[in-house]
Amino acid sequence: MAVTTKTEERESKLIPWTGRLADVPWWALIILLLGALIVYFFLISPTYQDALLFLRAGVRLTIGVSLISFFLALILGLVLGLGRVSNNVVFYTISSVYVEVVRGIPILVLLIYFAYVVTPLALQFLNWLGTTMSGSLAIGPLVGLADRLADLSIQDVEMTVRAIVGLAFAYAAFEAEVFRAGIQSIQRGQMEAARSLGMGYFQGMRYIILPQAIRRVLPPLGNDFIAMLKDSSLISVLAVRELTHLGKLNRARTFRTFETWNTVAFLYLVLTLSLSVFVKLIERRMAYEE
Amino acid sequence: MKSSIVEPLPTDDDIIVIEHVYKSFGQVEAVIDANLTVKRGEVCFIFGPSGGGKSTLLRCINHLEKPDSGIIIVDGIPVSDAKTNIDLVRAEVGMVFQLFNLFPHLTALGNITIAQEKVRKRSKEEAERIARELLERVGMPEKADVYPDQLSGGQKQRVAMARALAMNPKIMLFDEPTSALDPEMIKEVLDVMLDLAKEGMTMVVVSHEMGFARAAADRMVFLEEGRIIEEATTEELFASPKEERTQIFLSHIL
Ligand SMILES: Nc1ncnc2c1ncn2[C@@H]1O[C@H](COP(=O)(O)OP(=O)(O)O)[C@@H](O)[C@H]1O
Ligand SMILES: [Mg+2]
Repeated sequence: MAVTTKTEERESKLIPWTGRLADVPWWALIILLLGALIVYFFLISPTYQDALLFLRAGVRLTIGVSLISFFLALILGLVLGLGRVSNNVVFYTISSVYVEVVRGIPILVLLIYFAYVVTPLALQFLNWLGTTMSGSLAIGPLVGLADRLADLSIQDVEMTVRAIVGLAFAYAAFEAEVFRAGIQSIQRGQMEAARSLGMGYFQGMRYIILPQAIRRVLPPLGNDFIAMLKDSSLISVLAVRELTHLGKLNRARTFRTFETWNTVAFLYLVLTLSLSVFVKLIERRMAYEE
Repeated sequence: MKSSIVEPLPTDDDIIVIEHVYKSFGQVEAVIDANLTVKRGEVCFIFGPSGGGKSTLLRCINHLEKPDSGIIIVDGIPVSDAKTNIDLVRAEVGMVFQLFNLFPHLTALGNITIAQEKVRKRSKEEAERIARELLERVGMPEKADVYPDQLSGGQKQRVAMARALAMNPKIMLFDEPTSALDPEMIKEVLDVMLDLAKEGMTMVVVSHEMGFARAAADRMVFLEEGRIIEEATTEELFASPKEERTQIFLSHIL
């Protein structure tokens, strides 16, 4: 063994400099170069500067929507993931049906469905609840609430809210599977040790299994966040003024198709690439710790 | 919390009673009609060939395995009774596993304090004080802040014992506590177990360490193919095992 290692070492020193070109992260250099080029265009071109200024609000909304949606998706996903590993048949079945159904529908369709079908239905239900309450349960502070529910109209629910909740419901199904896989990757002995010490199932989950599982799933969760940031462009169909939608508006305003979509794509890339660097850093730290 | 535990009768000296216990996994009959009684303060040593059902029987005692039928009573509480809160029983029964099962995200100290705080509801300070005392007792006070992956096998198992002992259990169950250890580390684990036995802890030990059995066990149980073949005092069993299969097994390993 030792002998071969030495030979290999010597050989590696003999590799001509052309052979080492393969080690250079060309992709990163190319992206950097393109980035520099685009920044150069921004600096010299008023059209690009105008587009950038116009799109700024869209970037903010895209980030905001993604953060809130992902946070909600994590919470719902964790609950569903716990359902997927639960021995409780009802909990397990509800979670599984949700995950399978939602994962089987394109996100774009889910978003439209949620905004135009689920929200109106939910509203009708709230109206009905309000009317029923004000009839029978008109006591104290409930009166105001009942009246407000009864008076809710579809216009009161902003498209941005519907988009955020829609995205969250869609991504919850993916996160549920991430959490399920994370929980199942923890050896059975961990829960057994926890239970043998007198902890209940939920205590074992909370103090022993989840802390380990969540650390393991941080990288996939990070990747899903990047994916959601990109998918948030889909909510432009709901006329939410995020980045893509503002891109459409900017093109209509200036008729500068080329510059507009260059800028939009560039802005998305800046967001996703910086996030993926962040995810890589987390991944590396986890690798050291394990 | 304690009040829901049925206090055993003072005269009741049998801390573990196992009657007609069966347990199978699909086609595999792991434990067949096991009957066993362990008295307070007794060290009961279970041995036998691999796959014979030793772990399964041991794990039935704290209900990590649910017997298909039969009765198990631990300190007066019927373990397999649906009305029994099994968590209360388990808090009184410590278990030490072959592969340690330490919690890798917690330090040695954290491993020993977590159940004290969450189950026994002790304060953080009290739990840490007890944990440090126990680390001292298992001979590794300097390892309090070390994570399990930086401990040797023997050290891991000693932390695992401290973790179980921190709950002040009435019974300690050991499932081959030294089988995963390098030979030079076996002694440091056995020494702690010997001390425990001397102090009068009720112990059920599944192991191949016949030296430990000779030194500490009151009674020995030979288990093969799911059945208790022979049960005798340690002296009897070493001097003159009655069953032929026990003799054969002993002649192989001694
Ligand atoms: N969780 C399980 N699922 C299926 N079979 C099992 C399981 N646990 C134990 N067994 C089987 O039950 C038998 C007894 O196992 P075990 O109690 O672990 O024996 P021992 O501890 O004496 O080696 C073996 O045949 C084993 O394969
Ligand atoms: Mg075993």
